[in-house]
Amino acid sequence: MTTRTLQFNIYRYDPDQDKKPWMQDIAVEVDSTDRKLLDALVKLKAKDDAIAFRRSCREGVCGSDAMNINGKNGLACLTDLSVFPAGKPIVLRPLPGLPVIRDLIVDMTQFFKQYHSITPYLINNEPPPERERLQSPEDREELDGLYECILCGCCSTACPSFWWNPDKFVGPAGLLAAYRFIADTRDQATSARLDNLEDPYRLFRCHTIMNCVDACPRGLNPTLAIGKIKAMLVQRAI
Amino acid sequence: MLNRVVVGAHYGLKDWLAQRITALVMMLYTLFIAVAVLGGVHDFESWRGLMAHGFVRFFSFLFIVSLCWHAWIGVRDIWMDYIKPVGIRLALHSLTALALVGYAGWAIQVIWRL
Ligand code: SF4
Ligand code: SF4
Ligand code: FES
Repeated sequence: MTTRTLQFNIYRYDPDQDKKPWMQDIAVEVDSTDRKLLDALVKLKAKDDAIAFRRSCREGVCGSDAMNINGKNGLACLTDLSVFPAGKPIVLRPLPGLPVIRDLIVDMTQFFKQYHSITPYLINNEPPPERERLQSPEDREELDGLYECILCGCCSTACPSFWWNPDKFVGPAGLLAAYRFIADTRDQATSARLDNLEDPYRLFRCHTIMNCVDACPRGLNPTLAIGKIKAMLVQRAI
Repeated sequence: MLNRVVVGAHYGLKDWLAQRITALVMMLYTLFIAVAVLGGVHDFESWRGLMAHGFVRFFSFLFIVSLCWHAWIGVRDIWMDYIKPVGIRLALHSLTALALVGYAGWAIQVIWRL
């Protein structure tokens, strides 16, 4: 079996021991069955078991192994090892802008607070029908590109507006989710949802920088959803 | 003061729309002036002739107001992003607003004197 050596340059920080973060140079052997960055990380962990990172599903569904890979946010489990140029170390850092708990693990509290602030559930006060609330296929199509978000946080932590105002700006992930419920024909709280976003911070801190679109490992487009919310606010106001 | 995150001032949409509309006005005015310059307006007399039209005065006034309004929203956005202490921010907001109102008045006076 062919093996090759990968060089890593990894952000390390253990608040109990380190005064400040440091970058660790470490190499690991991978073989041809190791396809994704996460595979290499698992091997790294076997070599130095103090390295801390999150992972669970290893197939791009749980959103837990988001990190900053060579300067770009992404999921380790969806990043092919073949994209890395030989001879250059792979630089891994935690997602930017959030407090670091340890090494590549960040505190996502602020991110989820914003997600919860948009009431991420269907609001419909009519008694539920016996089986389910039906939608026409066209209405259902509106939710494509919205419901697939796995809340990995790659987008919001790539957004400068979220870096400056994580407590007030909902961020691309939260706004994508907000539009997912605004666009849902079964939801009855559209106007309240729009009210919730019509202030200078929560939605309008987005200046269409589009870092979020670039970062999303699922290929979703929060900027588009944000534009649609803005258009709906205009439509409602005139 | 209570140390709580407060959001919900309902002027987000208004400002965002105003920023776009004022940008449009500025673009149209810039085009208009470009066409005028290419069309031979270059010395004091020809500028004065152009500015004598009521329409041009109206358009120029609109442009200056748009410019200042646009700048107000943009500069205030910068203060809102980077200046966190409420007192300093309020002072900067006020200074920006006063400066822009002053500039607008001055600019209009200059143009109407032509
Ligand atoms: S488009 Fe908006 S939400 Fe997306 S990165 Fe830019 S400012 Fe952030
Ligand atoms: S929109 Fe994309 S990048 Fe953002 S949280 Fe959802 S899946 Fe992750
Ligand atoms: S481990 Fe679940 S998304 Fe990567």
